[in-house]
Amino acid sequence: MSRFTSILGADRRRMLDTIGIGSVDELVSAVPAEKRLGRRLDLPSPASELELTREASALAERNRAAGLVCFAGAGAYDHFIPSVIDHILLRSEFYTAYTPYQAEVSQGTLQCIFEYQTMMARLTGLDCANASMYDGASAAAEAALMAMRATKRDRVAVPASLNPRYLAVIETYLAQGGFGIVRIPLLPDGRLDMAAAAGLLEGCAALMVQQPDFHGIVQDLKAASDAAHAAGALLVAVTDPVAAAVLESPGAAGADIAVGEGQSMGVQLSFGGPYVGFMACRKDLVRNMPGRIIGRTVDKAGQTGYVLTLQTREQHIRREKATSNICSNQALMALANTVYLSLAGESGFRETSLQCHSKAVYLEGRLAGIEGVRRVFTAPFYREFVLEYPVDADELVRKAADKGYLAGVPVPSLGRGALLTAVTEKRTRAEMDGLAGVLTAICGGGAA
Amino acid sequence: MTEGTIFHESCCGRRGMDLPALDVPRVDPAATFGTDALRKGAVGLPEVSESQTVRHFVNLSTLNFHLDKEMYPLGSCTMKYNPKLNEDIARLPGFAGLHPLAPAELCEGALELMENLGRYLCEITGFDAVTLQPAAGAHGEMTGLLLIRHWHLERGDTGRLEILMPDSAHGTNPASCTLAGFRTVNVKSNAKGEVDIDDLRSKAGPATAGLMLTNPNTLGIFESGIGEITRIVHEAGGLCYMDGANMNALMGIARPGDMGFDVCHLNLHKTFSTPHGGGGPGSGPVACRQDLAKYLPDPVVIRTAEGRPAMGRARASFGRMLAFHGHFGVLARAWAYIRTLGPEGLREASETALLNANYLKALLREAFDIPYDDGPCMHEFVICGERQARKGVKTLDMAKRLLDYGFHAPTVYFPMIVHESMMIEPTETESLESLDAFAGAMLSIAREVDEKPHLVTDAPCATPVLRLDEVRAVKELEVVEGWESS
Repeated sequence: MSRFTSILGADRRRMLDTIGIGSVDELVSAVPAEKRLGRRLDLPSPASELELTREASALAERNRAAGLVCFAGAGAYDHFIPSVIDHILLRSEFYTAYTPYQAEVSQGTLQCIFEYQTMMARLTGLDCANASMYDGASAAAEAALMAMRATKRDRVAVPASLNPRYLAVIETYLAQGGFGIVRIPLLPDGRLDMAAAAGLLEGCAALMVQQPDFHGIVQDLKAASDAAHAAGALLVAVTDPVAAAVLESPGAAGADIAVGEGQSMGVQLSFGGPYVGFMACRKDLVRNMPGRIIGRTVDKAGQTGYVLTLQTREQHIRREKATSNICSNQALMALANTVYLSLAGESGFRETSLQCHSKAVYLEGRLAGIEGVRRVFTAPFYREFVLEYPVDADELVRKAADKGYLAGVPVPSLGRGALLTAVTEKRTRAEMDGLAGVLTAICGGGAA
Repeated sequence: MTEGTIFHESCCGRRGMDLPALDVPRVDPAATFGTDALRKGAVGLPEVSESQTVRHFVNLSTLNFHLDKEMYPLGSCTMKYNPKLNEDIARLPGFAGLHPLAPAELCEGALELMENLGRYLCEITGFDAVTLQPAAGAHGEMTGLLLIRHWHLERGDTGRLEILMPDSAHGTNPASCTLAGFRTVNVKSNAKGEVDIDDLRSKAGPATAGLMLTNPNTLGIFESGIGEITRIVHEAGGLCYMDGANMNALMGIARPGDMGFDVCHLNLHKTFSTPHGGGGPGSGPVACRQDLAKYLPDPVVIRTAEGRPAMGRARASFGRMLAFHGHFGVLARAWAYIRTLGPEGLREASETALLNANYLKALLREAFDIPYDDGPCMHEFVICGERQARKGVKTLDMAKRLLDYGFHAPTVYFPMIVHESMMIEPTETESLESLDAFAGAMLSIAREVDEKPHLVTDAPCATPVLRLDEVRAVKELEVVEGWESS
């Protein structure tokens, strides 16, 4: 008997009598004999709480990367997470609650999502947002499908500087419907080639621009928006929310849809998930938006309350005609975002964003000064940048790890020595100087 | 009993988070990017202190029903107890602080956990290979269907675009079919609530890509003809997909792979006790037969030549479903659950789920119509509220009345083939006392329907808010603070 169940011998007897059978085996007999597993599952013997704690801790300790000073980004960032967030997430009222289909007893979750939607709409400069998506990549793929539904066109334009993992997810989603993807080239300095884009956008449902892009470069969203709209396409901004505290909001720059990854706002790195995608759009596109949306209403007594709304777009009503197959959101991670943004507030979020930028500029200056290191792009970056080292980037990362630093993420498509390095507000000057020293030594310069 | 939004508590200058002073020269973004590229004006975030923030969200939390307080008899959703230790395990610094793109040899513990969990899930389902990437059940459905699609495409069989599906299927099934590029063909249910084999046979053919089936099905009935069903589909040239949402009934008892299925997904947030989090995160790994493994999404856990775990790519991978490796934090919880229960514990959990469901069904039979009641159910069952509906009380009213009694409502109006349906799944972690209390509440509501029906139609009355106006929420859409209808 596991410690999670409480039906013991006497109870069991009484229950079998009530059902009118002699043993539990009679219940199992609903499964035809030849389809039953005639043996015990081949799994490890049960571990007690104490044993399992030790086993899990031993596994966790073998993840040496978790102890390194983290300069890796490429879609997942080591930002500061205030203590309050986990205390709120660990309230069983939030984490053991079900999807808020019974609104009268789910006002806590519903209102949190309403506040989340408001914050994401304001951050993106758009009219509305949904209750969250699986992650940034799947949100981008759903945005592509949404743009094609809205414009009734069958391809989207994607620049060469979109996160390649996002592109892979978009390709997977779009391939099934026979939809096409048009590639927009980059100028040598890293900016989008808008002159080339103009010709390529003909007949596209959307231009999808990552801001800042995968290489960390801040793109001209307004120019992209003008080009997209001139071709009758929508602009989908794949937005870094931390950068959006300082950069022009996607909505103000002309984006029709904004999506992105919310991990930077209070969600642990956790080896890649669970994270939380966000999606916001203009008011007139709301019925094309996939996923859950919470609306405000009143109860019988006129009291304010919140419910799931616009459900007629969703799978449980429209089935094969549904806007998407999404049945869940990332409610708990969206709650982490909401608490994070509440704590940070206007000034804290802006200061976080500014510190990321200042520190990235500082570190890039140090690293680009190492002998033999070359800037891959020259356009201005936000908190992440690509440099090419005179050493294979995988080897560079391994050697830096031995000295206590996770130096970045290799970008083999830009060269053997190309490394994408990210800086958050958590990194200190001492850590950045330390990394610079270590990389100098690895590249054949002075002692680390 | 309501709480204003956090924006109403905002007061200029308050702040709930502090940062160390900047220790490098401050860079003016206007100088770098130009003022045109910068945000004009404020974002509009609340300005509140840490203590205000904590109080706001704690106050909101008290408006929620939750599993640690009371029972969720939710059919198809398996709301079982969420072990506390698993939360601690997912939060170990070696897991929580691990960057997904760090070199594999520095992430060996996490990779080994994923490899082991994958092996456990293969053993539980009777399959050979698995992807842990899908983010939720429906995401897993799409993944599994894409495996089927690519299997046919690689054989040059491009005309197979139909997926057979019973009319009792979960709503995500047909939606996933559409996303995966297929058409849905409905198969009727017979008088026993199972797949109508003759109807299936008449619809299976050269256009059939596969079958998508939940077993036990959404009526809580094990498809007794499953061998025949999968044979018909295979003979027509299709593959068989099992929606594993109801796997909580089968752990250690029967395996999809042994039943004739080729691929299935699991809902880790149901069967393997990961908390639902108010709507997510979930996780929907997909397991399959060896000959489908080469199409699995990128990446999969492999062993290097030196025997180290690493991330690799399936030979003919159809692509990628998520930016990174899946919901690792959810995987860690499921791993911990399986390690805690072991082989006997998993089987006992399923057997107890069956026992609890059948006990509850026996108690409710006196007051409610139970269609398809020929024999024992599996871990859930469906009751029909027609008898009460004839007296003017809908199933939705009874569901709302249950909230007044301190229980969450069961799943209502699903499956769609039963009128006024209520789908009940107690799970194995409910005690006899809680089952009796729930049955007591249901029987009491049935009496109210006869004696004081307004108590039920006016429900709920003991909840933080009364019955909410959902029609108004759609007509007068207001989805953000400060919304202006146009």
